[in-house]
Amino acid sequence: MTSTLPIVDHPSAAREFVTNEPRSHWHDDSLWFVRSKRDKQAQSIPEWEYLREQASTIKNHTIAKLPEYLQQFEANATRLGAVVHWAADAEEHNRIVLDLLRRNDTLRIVKSKSMLTEECGLNEYLIDNGIEVVDTDLGERIVQLRGETPSHIVLPAIHIKKEEVGDTFHKYLGTRAGESDPQVLTEAARGHLRGKFLSGEVGITGVNFAIADTGGLVVCTNEGNADLGVSLPRIHIACMGIEKLVPRFQDLSVFTRLLARSATGQPITSYTSHFHGPRDENSELHIVLVDNGRSKIRDSKTFRESLNCIRCGACMNTCPVYRRSGGHSYRATVPGPIGSVLGPAKNAKAHKSLPFACSLCGSCTDVCPVKIPLHHQLLAWRKVLVGKRLVAWNKRMAMKAASFLFCNPTLFAAAGYLGRVSLKVLPKSLTHNPFNTWAKDRDLPEPPKESFHEWYAKNRPSGSETISKEERS
Amino acid sequence: MSETHSSSRQIILDRLKGCVVDAPELPTIDPARVIQFEDRLQQFQDTLASVGGEAHLVNTPSEIREKLQTIEVFQSARRIASTVPDAVTPTVDLATIDDPHALSTLDWTIVRGEFGVAENGAIWIDGKTLPHRVMIFIAQYLAIVISRSDLLNNMHEAYARIGTPDPGFGVFVSGPSKTADIEQSLVLGAHGCRKLQVFLLP
Repeated sequence: MTSTLPIVDHPSAAREFVTNEPRSHWHDDSLWFVRSKRDKQAQSIPEWEYLREQASTIKNHTIAKLPEYLQQFEANATRLGAVVHWAADAEEHNRIVLDLLRRNDTLRIVKSKSMLTEECGLNEYLIDNGIEVVDTDLGERIVQLRGETPSHIVLPAIHIKKEEVGDTFHKYLGTRAGESDPQVLTEAARGHLRGKFLSGEVGITGVNFAIADTGGLVVCTNEGNADLGVSLPRIHIACMGIEKLVPRFQDLSVFTRLLARSATGQPITSYTSHFHGPRDENSELHIVLVDNGRSKIRDSKTFRESLNCIRCGACMNTCPVYRRSGGHSYRATVPGPIGSVLGPAKNAKAHKSLPFACSLCGSCTDVCPVKIPLHHQLLAWRKVLVGKRLVAWNKRMAMKAASFLFCNPTLFAAAGYLGRVSLKVLPKSLTHNPFNTWAKDRDLPEPPKESFHEWYAKNRPSGSETISKEERS
Repeated sequence: MSETHSSSRQIILDRLKGCVVDAPELPTIDPARVIQFEDRLQQFQDTLASVGGEAHLVNTPSEIREKLQTIEVFQSARRIASTVPDAVTPTVDLATIDDPHALSTLDWTIVRGEFGVAENGAIWIDGKTLPHRVMIFIAQYLAIVISRSDLLNNMHEAYARIGTPDPGFGVFVSGPSKTADIEQSLVLGAHGCRKLQVFLLP
């Protein structure tokens, strides 16, 4: 499946979105609004940095001891009456879920938001096999009705305007043509999805946290859709990546304090549900543990910390590239900074342009609640991609040329001189022509009168060209 | 369990064990470093309001009934589930219901919460107190009754108070069901309760 992925060229995939300036600005503002709410929440907690520190250490510890904790979780969950399944990859995950549905003659399922099932392409797989799949998160339902995918991991429909939601609902839910009031549209979705909840035969959810020492799992939503989805039918299938574990029940205190504050700027999600075993003796709880490339990431010292991710989306909300180019431009289940780290880990060739969709401003690293050094990892990916010769030839040549220049002091001085003179004499029409897109919104700097070398020679008293030892220390 | 599943189990565990990683020690949260509030009651009420809930200070269960009767959608409610009968008499007998789907037409649910958390307005509901877990999610309106003496500062105290969870279900509820999926406009009452009333007894 992964081998046939088309190669994503982020700049061209983003072109349509960024050239629609009003839309790009609107998107930028929407996400900045969420980022500002996050800041307000983070600043209201004096121990915020302490919490991030703890979260990071807990996650580093868990990922290091992952095989032990997975077995502990399995033993405890089984003791509580849950059935634990293991899937090495996406295909096996999908097969396990379909198998469970077939064994129970299921035709209709209700699903709450799960980026893992998106990653595995579960919806398409089940639909191809004749199962009705209803995404119940409002944002996910909107993108599902429109035949799209989520453009953000927490705010799936952040790229869609209310008028467009109105059109979609008019077409599928029979709301009045031209209706765009979010209150009215949400009410229509509530009515529509109530019916789906009541007819759902199996509830499928993702997992925010699984607890090794109790065998329980935690699902967080604001809408209550996960709870409605699993407390009506007899069977609950919970799908999770193997990295979702925390060692102890009390560790949840750290993560429930960080997650919603980082994600949407709420002090906690409206519903934080803890499941320990199936509902009753007539019910079933199935937990599918999925690797799908995670153990490979764990092998890498450089990228291991990306497994700490709790999928809050804060890095996306703050990323200047994501905000302007939209989530779909990444052509990846998880977009934005964390997606640009995880994407190439899955398939370096297909996602090779993503680590370059970044200005290395470091804002993602600053907001990450589990302290993943995101911009360092993006830079590290560039190094890996250059090593794998997966970077465009013009970029590679430019780098080689720069390296040659910096290694030759005479050539460097000559180039500097040439640059200063050209800046002074070249007419603007030559530098700012339609072929030079760089210069579209930029001006060239005023050329300095002299180089640093020349200034140094002039301003340094003779006999002290070399810095003395005392001065250096 | 089928054979393919168990072989994948071995494959995944072998892969993980093949790479030995040094683990930092698990930290313990220092209670002196986490937020405390001088007035937990005030903080809880303020935070609850900020997440869309409504707090009411009451002294007796009958005051709860009086307060509720001033709410229009309670006056018109026909199907009421209540696990706090000294406050509100239920009109739906939960003991006679086998299939949770039968609760789809619930207008109101009134339940007890174990404790509240001042930092985020969340209330812990123990699934053991609910004859049907769906009753708190499917009702149009929800009211939770807790004691003012059961207000904690933060989530660290909350998880310490739960201790070791029993088999079953438990949920932190913070405000009514809500969504902002359409252009970031906050709408209360996405799928679950449209409003949340919290009654604080002494």
